[in-house]
Amino acid sequence: MPEGSYVRIEGLKRYFDVSPPWLVRVIEGKPRQIVQAVDGIDIEIAKGETFSLVGESGCGKSTVARLVVGLYPPTAGRIEFDGNDIATRRGQGAHSALRRRLQMIFQDPFASLNPRWRVFDIIAEPIRAFGLSKDKVDLENQVDELLRQVRLTPADGAKYPHEFSGGQRQRISIARALASRPEFLVCDEPTSALDVSVQAQILNLMMDLQRRLKLTYLFISHNLAVVYHISTRVGVMYLGRLVEQAPTDTLFRRPKHPYTRMLLDTIPDLDMTGRQRAPVAGEVPSPLNPPSGCSFHPRCPFANERCKTERPKALSIEGGSVACHAIEEGRLAIEDRTYVVRG
Amino acid sequence: MPSLDKLGNKPPLLEVKNLRVEFPTRRGTLLAVDDVSFDIAPGEVLGVVGESGAGKSLTGNAIIGLLEPPGRIAGGEVRLEGQRIDNLPYEAMRKVRGARIGAIFQDPLTSLNPLYSVSRQLVETIRTHLPLSARQARARALDLLKQVGIPGAEQRIDHYPHQFSGGMRQRVVIALALCAGPRLIVADEPTTALDVSIQAQIIALLKKLCRENGTAVMLVTHDMGVIAETADRVAVMYAGRIVEIGPVRDVIKHAQHPYTKGLMGSIPSLGVRTERLTQIDGSMPRLTEIPRGCAFNPRCTSRGERCMVERPDLMVAGASRAACWLHDARGVGAPVPLAREVVHA
Repeated sequence: MPEGSYVRIEGLKRYFDVSPPWLVRVIEGKPRQIVQAVDGIDIEIAKGETFSLVGESGCGKSTVARLVVGLYPPTAGRIEFDGNDIATRRGQGAHSALRRRLQMIFQDPFASLNPRWRVFDIIAEPIRAFGLSKDKVDLENQVDELLRQVRLTPADGAKYPHEFSGGQRQRISIARALASRPEFLVCDEPTSALDVSVQAQILNLMMDLQRRLKLTYLFISHNLAVVYHISTRVGVMYLGRLVEQAPTDTLFRRPKHPYTRMLLDTIPDLDMTGRQRAPVAGEVPSPLNPPSGCSFHPRCPFANERCKTERPKALSIEGGSVACHAIEEGRLAIEDRTYVVRG
Repeated sequence: MPSLDKLGNKPPLLEVKNLRVEFPTRRGTLLAVDDVSFDIAPGEVLGVVGESGAGKSLTGNAIIGLLEPPGRIAGGEVRLEGQRIDNLPYEAMRKVRGARIGAIFQDPLTSLNPLYSVSRQLVETIRTHLPLSARQARARALDLLKQVGIPGAEQRIDHYPHQFSGGMRQRVVIALALCAGPRLIVADEPTTALDVSIQAQIIALLKKLCRENGTAVMLVTHDMGVIAETADRVAVMYAGRIVEIGPVRDVIKHAQHPYTKGLMGSIPSLGVRTERLTQIDGSMPRLTEIPRGCAFNPRCTSRGERCMVERPDLMVAGASRAACWLHDARGVGAPVPLAREVVHA
């Protein structure tokens, strides 16, 4: 990983207090309850690359996205963006200049656009907010250009969000995110709510825009095939921790952590190879009461006593890192996986 | 028409013929399911796949007699083991549903009553359809919970739905569908609300249960991966019609309809990374704006003059049947290139 990382996340933690009200706690004699949604994560993202976070629901991947754009303050840890710490400095001034350069695309295109605003105003809002236009004509030109960039027409600006399909709405979200001319986009499941043929259109659009505008993406998804397609590097999260990260090809060809292997096994076999999958037993434990040691040990076929008590540290390996005792001790061999090319 | 696949000459368990579902609205009647015909053999898993709005769930709901008004069956017939079930009165249909057709829905939380324990819901369903005493029904309920793989079924049988996790709730719903030993299960997006690792468990469970009990399944989903894992045959729906139907392997590996080809290409593959995914430009037409001729023609790169005016029915195409003039002896006619400016989805 190069020294001058563009986005650097260090020891990022975010705990949520989900305790019942004070009086209930006193009467029932219950302690506070804390969810460790994100529990110490280190990520570095180089300029122009796409870093993806994958994991099942409740693993904290969306919380990371929200922390990075500053929708939540972190409990602990640092988030550096182009050399500036954005986690601790929460005032006006310098922070708002940084904020222009970092935007977010949300999952649900039906909830993330104001239904009472025309598309023109939705897209113009960031330009107005950051004072990026000289006059009204300039503003109109910018919005028209943004609409064209996402393959809509300038005439669409006069419509309301409800007149568009899901895919078109996601295009509007992307246009809005691009309006402040950002360099770094945090995309939280941008295609999960879309049909596959529309998903392909949006993914192609995002990759085109990345090349043209030299964007850096933090991409959150639960769909491994999508992640494989779009990312440069991939991080796998489980119960608030990063269990493995690696360049995309390495992660898919030589997965190391047992959880990563399990996730890869769950991808349906579209190539009809007749491969037998062993569905992993068990479910993601509640983050309210995570298992001791390695949080994956109750479901892991390779767990031993050490896994139950000691939390594994990230170990650098093959251009990535993995947090697993079995790999560290050499109990678990790293094997190559082959994929059948479809078509 | 009997199915042509390996399950061959047995009479079909379910026959759907020229089914039409329509919604009367103030601005005219919308045809949401248009002339859909297929059948399911005993023990067979038929996948029905399509994007949102293709009419796949409506087809499923029409079969189990649960169309939401004002939706209604406007034509065609549904036969279960030779008996027509689409025109049964409400009470008679209630007896068919549950006893001979089980249903599994997408969201396991809303399919269960939160105020009743799991045992009460199972026992009630069993006793509605089978002549068993309360004790026998409870024993059967426990049996079913064990069959669907709920650990500690003896204790958990008296728990309430909120005490189960999503995957476990879906197992309970499957147990509920199996209560009276139905011959057919209509499963509408049974794994969509679940995480991938749980989805794999539920798919494996469904497959196991069908094999053991010889239950046929109509599996409605938007996820081609789930179909590939589970189904024997697959029907691909587009704008209310079946555009292709055939053995799952043939449809996935040698799609015959341009829409199916595009759909398969737009699913990211793990084998190879490409610069761009295949994409089908445009989006499915709204029901109010279904074009003349083939409904797919505004997005189809192989379209010809004939596609613009004449609507194709299913015809033999390779090992499958596809509704596309490309497979007709007369072909599509003179090519009609797509308009340059396609409205994107």
